[in-house]
Amino acid sequence: MSRIKIKFEQLNKEGRKGLVTFVTAGDPSLQQSRDVLMALPNSGADFIEVGMPFSDPMADGPAIQASSLRALEGGMNLTKTLELVRELRAAHDKTPIILMGYYNPIYRYGCEKFIESVSECGVDGLIIVDLPPEEDYEIRPMAVEAGIDIIRLMTPTTVGTRLDTVLDGASGFLYYVSITGVTGTKSANIDEISKHIDVIKSKTDLPVAVGFGIKTPEDVSAMSKIADAVIVGSAIVQNMAEHKNDTEMKALIENQVKALAQAL
Amino acid sequence: MNTKIKQDNLVNSLRSMPDDQGHFGLYGGRYVAETLMPLILEVEKAWHEARDDQKFWDEFHALARDYIGRPSPLYYAEATTKHLGGAKVYFKRDELNHTGAHKINHCLGQILVAKRMGKPRIIAETGAGQHGVATATVCALFDMPCTVFMGAEDVERQKPNVFRMKLLGAEVIPVTSGSGTLKDAMNEALRHWVANVDDTYYLIGTVAGPHPFPEMVRDFQSVMGKEVREQMMEKEGRLPDSLVACIGGGSNSMGLFHPFLDDTDVQMFGVEAGGFGVDTDKHAASLNGGDVGILHGMRSYFLQNDDGQITEAHSISAGLDYPGIGPEHAYLHDIERINYVSVTDDEALEAFQMLTKLEGIIPALEPSHAFAHVMRLAPTLPKEHILVMNLCGRGDKDIFTVAEKLGMEIE
Repeated sequence: MSRIKIKFEQLNKEGRKGLVTFVTAGDPSLQQSRDVLMALPNSGADFIEVGMPFSDPMADGPAIQASSLRALEGGMNLTKTLELVRELRAAHDKTPIILMGYYNPIYRYGCEKFIESVSECGVDGLIIVDLPPEEDYEIRPMAVEAGIDIIRLMTPTTVGTRLDTVLDGASGFLYYVSITGVTGTKSANIDEISKHIDVIKSKTDLPVAVGFGIKTPEDVSAMSKIADAVIVGSAIVQNMAEHKNDTEMKALIENQVKALAQAL
Repeated sequence: MNTKIKQDNLVNSLRSMPDDQGHFGLYGGRYVAETLMPLILEVEKAWHEARDDQKFWDEFHALARDYIGRPSPLYYAEATTKHLGGAKVYFKRDELNHTGAHKINHCLGQILVAKRMGKPRIIAETGAGQHGVATATVCALFDMPCTVFMGAEDVERQKPNVFRMKLLGAEVIPVTSGSGTLKDAMNEALRHWVANVDDTYYLIGTVAGPHPFPEMVRDFQSVMGKEVREQMMEKEGRLPDSLVACIGGGSNSMGLFHPFLDDTDVQMFGVEAGGFGVDTDKHAASLNGGDVGILHGMRSYFLQNDDGQITEAHSISAGLDYPGIGPEHAYLHDIERINYVSVTDDEALEAFQMLTKLEGIIPALEPSHAFAHVMRLAPTLPKEHILVMNLCGRGDKDIFTVAEKLGMEIE
């Protein structure tokens, strides 16, 4: 059974919701992102989402855009990102690791080689933001073969036949984008999302994780009432950026993540 | 103009693309986040309904005639022909359009689609500001609020166009994210669109982006190629032998070429911006110096490094300064239907001056690239060879750039 599935079953048994934390690989530096990533599982993160930096992160807001650029300016690339994930996997055997990024660097690396590499590094799931179900034929069959989940995004406007299209072939969990916008911007309308998640749950057994616009323990608390897991990205990335020259940065992030986890 | 909607039998035709998912062979498609997908599908539906509606085209062609000034003339460039001493050279005079370039053709078409969709607000991206000005113009005409995203660096470099857009009532938002250029302006426009789905239409400035934009912009720009067919039959009683047009994203070239794709005797030359040379790292030649990739919702050729990070384009012409190219061009390149060549900054600058002196027409730096290739090509061809170049924009906007390059001062 995949680590993602085991984790959700365990959460279910404990009657708990999951916390997904996002950090961009190589931001603000390779060493700092390594330090933070290594500390996340013991601070309360149930799932680790690692961002693969891209020059043109079209679906991301200012915080994650800036993190991508910082990483690239520091010399980060896909090969180094995979190396970082390998270290993370070696240190944390049970925590599901999900890679998130855009299609071009993967396509350039080679889809087949990419699936081989991520499989070997111990990655459990992939979120390829700009690869909709209609276009994922080059990578999904190989991912399925390797036991790697392709995690699909859905939004408040994913309804009707579009919802069926997105659910067809989805695995791992569903990444529910709670706002119409980019990462880290405005806040979500809980009642509407709750109703929509009910519709989704009537069509699939997959767990639903909610992300985009979730920043504070209060946000986490509210969202965890309606979802199986809550994703926090921009707020962590922003905090890392603000304290990148601070020797206490890792400790600050640990405290932030602990506070988020306690709010679940 | 011929407003007939249903084309001839398009089975086995190069003009029958894209497929129903927006693919031109391997290229095109809809590589967008799920956040954008419902919008794109909505645009596709509205566009396809419009395309099949004679009333839509009646309105388009009436405004194309009376507001843009279509058809633009097909001009026999006698002095150029004599000077080059080979092929008979014609210019398609789209620089005479209202706003001074071909961009207004797809702006008019798209704003009519936006109206049909009931979207009261328009956003656009712009590099040099030509597409921004054309968008602001049609927004003024239809009294619709307009927001233009423009790289912060371009806002500084293209002050006259920024002023024009503001006069026309548009809001110009300088984009500082990423590298602050055209590709970032496009990223920012897409982000803004996702966050404002209910009331906003994104009026894309070239034959690029996710399906249906490459198809839709092409079909509006094809008005040029269709006119050339009719005008050439009137003037010469036959089709031209070759067509030449410059390529950034590829809208003017696609508009000229597309109606001729099935005429196998018509040769076509797409001229990319070679900057300092395609063997340097300062050019905008995605086909001659880039690789297959995915950006801005499409699979096509892009300038990128080994890690798949998109790199900056460079051209003396801001309108060609884009690190990608429309997906239909990528396909036509692979099957070798169109010859894609490149012209450097210096060659374009020389062609700019040559065309100005020979014909008394100051061309934009974009079609100066096309003319540089005409200067290479025409002398090698026989006198009965008929060549048509798309003179897709006038050069008033470029006089500051040219003066600086020539070491002259404008007060």
